[in-house]
Amino acid sequence: MTNFIIRRLLLVPVLLFGVTLIIFGMLQLLSPIERTALYVRDFPKNEKAVDGIIKRYGLDRPFHEQYFRWLLGVKDPVTGERVGGMLFGDMGYSRSSSQPVSELISNRFPNTLDLTLWTIAPMILVGIWLGVQSAIHHNGWIDQTARIFSIVGTSFPTFVFGLIVLMFFYAKLEWFPPGRVSLEYSSIVDSPEFQITSLKTIDALLNGRFDIFIDLLRHMVLPILTLSYISWATFLRVTRSSMLETLRMEYVTTARAKGLSENDVIYKHARPNAMIPVVTLAGFSIVGLLGGVTITETVFNYPGIGSAAAKAAVNLDVVTVLGFAIFIGFILIIANLVVDILYAVVDPRVRLS
Amino acid sequence: MTEITPTGDNSLLEATISTRKIGPVERFIGPENYRILTGLLKTPASIIGLALIVIYIIIALLAPVIAPPVKEGADPYMIPRDGFSNDPKPMGTEWKRNVPPIPFWYTPLTGNEKWVHLFGTSEGQYDIFYYVIWGTRTAFKTGLMVVIATFTIGIIYGSISAYYGGWVDNIMMRFVDILMVLPSILAALILAAVLTPRIGKSLIPVMSALIAFGWMGYARIIRGDILSVKERDYILAARVVGVKNSRILFKHIIPNAIFPTLVLASLAIGDVVLSFAALSFLGIGTEIGYADWGQILSFARNWITALDQYWYIVVWPGLTLVFFVMGWNLVGDALRDVLDPRMRGRS
Repeated sequence: MTNFIIRRLLLVPVLLFGVTLIIFGMLQLLSPIERTALYVRDFPKNEKAVDGIIKRYGLDRPFHEQYFRWLLGVKDPVTGERVGGMLFGDMGYSRSSSQPVSELISNRFPNTLDLTLWTIAPMILVGIWLGVQSAIHHNGWIDQTARIFSIVGTSFPTFVFGLIVLMFFYAKLEWFPPGRVSLEYSSIVDSPEFQITSLKTIDALLNGRFDIFIDLLRHMVLPILTLSYISWATFLRVTRSSMLETLRMEYVTTARAKGLSENDVIYKHARPNAMIPVVTLAGFSIVGLLGGVTITETVFNYPGIGSAAAKAAVNLDVVTVLGFAIFIGFILIIANLVVDILYAVVDPRVRLS
Repeated sequence: MTEITPTGDNSLLEATISTRKIGPVERFIGPENYRILTGLLKTPASIIGLALIVIYIIIALLAPVIAPPVKEGADPYMIPRDGFSNDPKPMGTEWKRNVPPIPFWYTPLTGNEKWVHLFGTSEGQYDIFYYVIWGTRTAFKTGLMVVIATFTIGIIYGSISAYYGGWVDNIMMRFVDILMVLPSILAALILAAVLTPRIGKSLIPVMSALIAFGWMGYARIIRGDILSVKERDYILAARVVGVKNSRILFKHIIPNAIFPTLVLASLAIGDVVLSFAALSFLGIGTEIGYADWGQILSFARNWITALDQYWYIVVWPGLTLVFFVMGWNLVGDALRDVLDPRMRGRS
């Protein structure tokens, strides 16, 4: 296992280097004028100013020189301060939302994290429950219904599903509104003294404002449903087949033979052993949530990084989108590393190879 | 010992040796691949899936008959507009401006003498029915082109990587790992945003983006398949008699390893169309008014508070997309069962 972990750790710098290189390569497709957004807030006023900025930040230099400047930043000749520098978290200016990209990310990311954290439990628990029920009632009507659900579910694009639930639960019934928080609470939620962890639902609890907490959750119900249902189909399929396989094992027969109740056989003997592939799936699904929020957030007008990235892309604000890409890329590389290592710890086949 | 006399009764022979007739198709593609093809026609789910796909193919082919273009020579993919007012109009509203010619099936089927908006209009008075019909062509066009391109790139890349092995393989596969770090929708979104101002709003930026970040899966699959084929005796035999590397790769290994990947790729059309629609929905892609399912669904984002009233701007294009994807998924599901090694040998 040590070998596996070392090899896996060695892959991390390769991935980081590769991803930055690819994103930088896409940046180089832009003209130097567009790339000034990496270092200066406003669009330069005249040609002379443009030339000055291009010279100062070396935007006309060879590829590798620019790459290192982009990573490490450029020393401002007047003030001596570092300007830019992806590795220090300075990703340039988002001209479409008129603020630094890093600020935009730090405003938006907690919302995405909040949404993802609240999605984990319903996504995994309901998915596993469906799969176990399906396997216990193999070929019965529950199983058949679940299979049909899983095929229909995977065929429903998230945005179509999202629009349809909005149609019923918002436009018609007015139960669950889109957005983040109701208007009357928005100034409270955004005030600095309210923000403790910057995860809004947690903040609401810490401040003892249960009305705000409920309001925040109401806004998250539909996005959570939309993010989970697609994974339910996958969880259903994996849990079901793993469970069916386990139920055929000899130790299950033994457990039955010694007279255990069917509930004990299923929930104490079969289910824990059937969970190994499901645990892996759960890891990757949680990581996948972080990357897969773009469409869901856009449908529900939820102010997270996904909707911000989509909005910047539509406005062709490439510097901003690439900033988001770098950020999400880094998070995913680390998260995948953690999942892979946990997987190796859990699964003996990987541990021993 | 009993003596066997020819009686014309072959039951003993048939019981021991299969005397099943082998048709020309099976002879051509080989028994294992033939099993995959026939497996697709066995379950009701996959037959429904195939039927759905056939229906969409017919709609795409007959688009000019089902929804004739307004003027001869005009670009049929640009959806006719009935005026410019903002609010969507309900189904059955009479068509006033830019009225297309009435096709032969229309009056007998609907009982109307004049064109009405069968599925209503979206904001800006684009006809939804035309979007659905001509969008089918766009879907097949983009789906096929992206799948062919990604498949070709994936096959070539994966074969080279697997055949040479060693450090070449290592480097090439690490590059695949790097490309797979970013979620494909996000990666495609970025590249499309970079390309759009340079190429202009059309199908090309989004298609290029989907191709650029879509081939890695095939490369991985074909690499695995080739690695297992590479160990077979007939490859060793070919090496022993001195066949050139490239000839072994293209004449012996790839033809024997490609079929499962090929079938998987053809079924990926559903996924590609889905990703394409998702990007259009986000607002990247074709110009407004181009026949494209994702684009018309993106209009609905402006009417979220009134979706109960304007349900037809979501439901018709939405269902069209859902059934399209479902057709490919149903067949794909059956295929997974057929390709599952544990199922092999059962009929």
